[in-house]
Amino acid sequence: MRLLEVSGVSVTFDGFRAIDNLSLAVEDRGLRAVIGPNGAGKTTFMDIVTGKTRPDEGRVVWGEENANLLKLRESRIAQAGIGRKFQRPTVFEDQTVRENLAMSLKAPRGPFAVLFARRAEEGRIRGIADEVGLAGQLSRRSGELSHGQKQWLEIGMLLAQDPRLLLVDEPAAGMTPAEREHTTDLLRRLARDRAVVVVEHDMDFVRRLDCRVTVLHEGSVLAEGSLDFVTSNPDVIDVYLGR
Amino acid sequence: MSDAVLAPPRRRALPGSTLVFLALLAALVIAVTLLASAGLVSVSMVKLLGRTLCLCLAAIAMDVVWGYTGILSLGHMAFFGLGGYAIGMWLMWARTEVIVAASLASAPIPPTPAEVEAAIGTQIFGVVGTSDIPLVWAFAHSLPLQLALVVLVPGLLALVFGWLAFRSRVTGVYLSILTQAMTLALSLYLFQNDSGLRGNNGLSGLQNIPGFEAAGQAAVSLAFFWGSALALGLGYVLLAWVVSGKMGSVLRAIRDDEARVRFLGYHVESFKLFVFTLTAVVTGIAGALYYPQAGIINPAEIAPIASIYLAVWVAIGGRGRLYGAVIGAALVSLMSSWFTGGLVPDLDLGIYTLVWTDWWLVLLGLSFVAVTLLAPKGIGGLVDLWTDRRAPDRTGDYGPDKGSLRREEGIAREAGE
Ligand SMILES: Nc1ncnc2c1ncn2[C@@H]1O[C@H](COP(=O)(O)OP(=O)(O)OP(=O)(O)O)[C@@H](O)[C@H]1O
Ligand SMILES: [Mg+2]
Repeated sequence: MRLLEVSGVSVTFDGFRAIDNLSLAVEDRGLRAVIGPNGAGKTTFMDIVTGKTRPDEGRVVWGEENANLLKLRESRIAQAGIGRKFQRPTVFEDQTVRENLAMSLKAPRGPFAVLFARRAEEGRIRGIADEVGLAGQLSRRSGELSHGQKQWLEIGMLLAQDPRLLLVDEPAAGMTPAEREHTTDLLRRLARDRAVVVVEHDMDFVRRLDCRVTVLHEGSVLAEGSLDFVTSNPDVIDVYLGR
Repeated sequence: MSDAVLAPPRRRALPGSTLVFLALLAALVIAVTLLASAGLVSVSMVKLLGRTLCLCLAAIAMDVVWGYTGILSLGHMAFFGLGGYAIGMWLMWARTEVIVAASLASAPIPPTPAEVEAAIGTQIFGVVGTSDIPLVWAFAHSLPLQLALVVLVPGLLALVFGWLAFRSRVTGVYLSILTQAMTLALSLYLFQNDSGLRGNNGLSGLQNIPGFEAAGQAAVSLAFFWGSALALGLGYVLLAWVVSGKMGSVLRAIRDDEARVRFLGYHVESFKLFVFTLTAVVTGIAGALYYPQAGIINPAEIAPIASIYLAVWVAIGGRGRLYGAVIGAALVSLMSSWFTGGLVPDLDLGIYTLVWTDWWLVLLGLSFVAVTLLAPKGIGGLVDLWTDRRAPDRTGDYGPDKGSLRREEGIAREAGE
């Protein structure tokens, strides 16, 4: 089933066209990698889907009911089931791993619901911490974590939200080879029952993901298909791999 | 291996700190009551202490909105003043009614209700050259209604103002300026004679509680001191509860990175509005308890500078911890009345005599700058040294970032988990 459909979207920043008539569809299960040179518009694409940036034109349609995401505010889009991991790990450094995860857990999000939510969800939190390999770190302030651990915590926070679509921006940046491997496994496991879109620069990382690849260039899709297929495309070699 | 690493997780609001605070507050109440009954503490001192407790209540509300949620409101003392006006209207009305009734009692024909009201109007509004009773005084005859207004007026103003400001995503210094503008506008409006609240005369005689004239100021001041302590205790527990648990977590997250909180699915504006309104109500209640102990309220009390002081107290005491706000408000406001009350002998420097009534503000300003630059945790930060809650401030090999734990310590923590 088609979960997300972006069609004919364009964004201009001060006269500069960052996204140019972009169309892209995501199925409700499985991995998708998005690659492209710096400034290709990968992060901006995520900004549009999550409501951070409003496009000048185009449509973004979501789910079975074909909801128009462009009309929803950020918090509603998140509640609808789109989770996002940022390019730079952004966890709440002043709070513990447990608090970060508890805040992200799927639960009613209104102020009064949150105020009266006093039940400790230790079981769910531990389960997620186990999954991302932070089981021993729950009581640590997340600012003390290593870079790789912060990346996992952020993925854990995504898991806690239990989204239908995960947008993951450069998850392996700054990771050691062992941490990368762990991350690849994690993403593959996650993609079994939800859609995961991964933006990544590192070709080896993308190869290990073993999934359909979309190449972005100057704000639109240059090629799409298996990694071997797109890397043999002369246009792609020109703009991206040739450098 | 240091104990700090194996210690329980660092928490912002120690559950214990609330109990310690309540115990200290109770001790203060008992001590002041005993000393006052023995005649060792003057009535004016009891009033000063009672007023200080009200300022502490306003300060913890400010701490929740600023220290925890990151909204630097420079308008909360406007809510404080509105609470004071709301209760002051009833106090003045009821007392004037007693006086008028007494003077009309000697008249040959018993006065009609309309005559009584006209006489009250002349008494109260004579100073602004009218005897008409303005519409805002419609409920002034009723204590329950005015008590409701103590909560409703600050609450509704905060709700409407906050809704407009947060909805347009005004943040940071722009929001501070906006709250300051609201305060200034309110103050200027109240200064006008036709605002219906006696212009710059304000409301006076508020220390006389109708029905308790016979009790004497000593008993009344002590009762208000108790009331203020009770309000502070309840307010502390309420706000400590609000900033604990998941709510506290979300509020601190909004302070640190509100955009990120949105992507977690929280509607940040609703949370800000909730906190802004709740703290406005708490501050309004504090004001309603403060002004009967001060005796007088006028629009100058709502001037922007008052709200700036409130922020200064919280900053000096230590943002992000309720007891810090209490320490800051109590210490600075008491020192302020000490210095400006002419109680401190002038300092003769030979060539220049330091007159403290003039120089106090400079001293306060310098301490504010010093705290902000040198000790951002404020006086409350000293408690950290004592309870050893300090965040590890070292670079280790457990991660590349500053503050990362050393590998050995990290393993110890994992084992201890
Ligand atoms: N808010 C903004 N204002 C102005 N220009 C922007 C803004 N956001 C993005 N851009 C520009 O849009 C282009 C696309 O940026 P984007 O961050 O989407 O690239 P990217 O593909 O994620 O690159 P990278 O691989 O470096 O992360 C860049 O040229 C960038 O400078
Ligand atoms: Mg990017």
